[in-house]
Amino acid sequence: MSDRLFVATRKGLFTIERGKARRAGRWAVTRTHFLADNASIVLPDRRNGSVYVALGHGHFGVKLHRSANGGRSWEPCAAPTYPPKPEGVDDREPNSGRPIPWNTELVWALEPGHRSEPGTLWCGTLPGGLFRSRDRGASWQLIESLWNHPKRREWVGGGAELPGLHSVCVDPRDARRVAVAVSCGGAWLTRDGGASWEIRAQGMRAAYMPPERQYDPNVQDPHHMVQCPAAPDVLWVQHHNGVFRSTDGAASWREITTVKPAAFGFAVAVPPEDPDTAWFVPGVSDEQRIPAKGNVVVARTRNGGKSFQVLTKGLPQRHAYDLTYRHALDVDETGKRLAFGTTTGSLWVSENQGDSWETVSEHLPPVYCVRFA
Amino acid sequence: MPHVTFTQNIQRHVSCPETEAEGRTVREVLDRVFAANPRARDYVLDDQGAVRRHMVVFVDGRQIRDRTQLTDPVPADGEVCVMQALSGG
Repeated sequence: MSDRLFVATRKGLFTIERGKARRAGRWAVTRTHFLADNASIVLPDRRNGSVYVALGHGHFGVKLHRSANGGRSWEPCAAPTYPPKPEGVDDREPNSGRPIPWNTELVWALEPGHRSEPGTLWCGTLPGGLFRSRDRGASWQLIESLWNHPKRREWVGGGAELPGLHSVCVDPRDARRVAVAVSCGGAWLTRDGGASWEIRAQGMRAAYMPPERQYDPNVQDPHHMVQCPAAPDVLWVQHHNGVFRSTDGAASWREITTVKPAAFGFAVAVPPEDPDTAWFVPGVSDEQRIPAKGNVVVARTRNGGKSFQVLTKGLPQRHAYDLTYRHALDVDETGKRLAFGTTTGSLWVSENQGDSWETVSEHLPPVYCVRFA
Repeated sequence: MPHVTFTQNIQRHVSCPETEAEGRTVREVLDRVFAANPRARDYVLDDQGAVRRHMVVFVDGRQIRDRTQLTDPVPADGEVCVMQALSGG
């Protein structure tokens, strides 16, 4: 069971720990790093205790830092960089017509590789490139097979002005099998370690497209995709206009329409051992990105999406306007402890799968990413 | 030889002491500076080697025109200033 959380925010990285002795069971901030800097994502690598954090400096670009001692001290490592853009390539975001920068604008996904590849990391970025490091972040290689795929040129920006790759799921059964999700470009799978890719968003529905395009896999906007480690053929997606679940390794997706109080949101989490359980933090809709009726709630299913419980105990139920971003909800390796953080700087922890919640802080900077060590 | 200075704000992230570097263009001068201080390069230039969107470079008080190729000339006794733009904060 994890007693430590890392929280990446608009203004720095926070370490949160569960108290011992007199403060047993109380979670509190114990360390701060990179204060005032924009920390877009944090990865505690459970394979070896390393921690990685991505910073997005407004002026100086994206940087990556690594800690070998559980987040106590940090050293810079390499950030993923795009190769030189070839002369004459006309690469534009289809909606705006603006050129796609071949430049890492944001680190939006950071995941450990398979346990058989202890030095491997995967990194998703805006404007849509996927990178892999084989040496714990000392160097990065763009996965050119996906970047050069003709359908990549059709990807569009969602909430951001550029397309972005925000979810990476490495199959625990097979290091070569990796699924990724893109806003907006559907979900993709490689079965050969990134040499080739196929789009895997059959069954997702895009309500924001005209009828004849609504089921086009490459226009889908999955906000976040997660995979159940004990049953890797089960994946969950919180999509722009709904929740989708696959039970066949992303070959097909089924829309889940029973989510309460709404099907809009960004975050989804699945426990390591139970593919039928998942948590979501819904908002009203894409046009109203606030909790319904000012009540912060977590929606939980325990039966694969047939029904949902709305969890409220310990969460504000009056005039609360917290929004939870896609990487800001996490479950620990036991599947018992959960935490989520919000755009208004609230952070809650549950030690009973969401039945009740403890407020850790209501005054953090806007939270982008919450992860158990 | 051209004299090169950096915004104070960059020093919090990577040390960029003022220095002198040979070169007839902004590219040549900065290449020399970054050859001696490789970590600083990515703080000023993007993945394509252009000046980052929210950075600005001045030569003798005039903002450079070619932010992509950095071909603006630098006099032998030129003063090169690498600054932050007010945007991007």
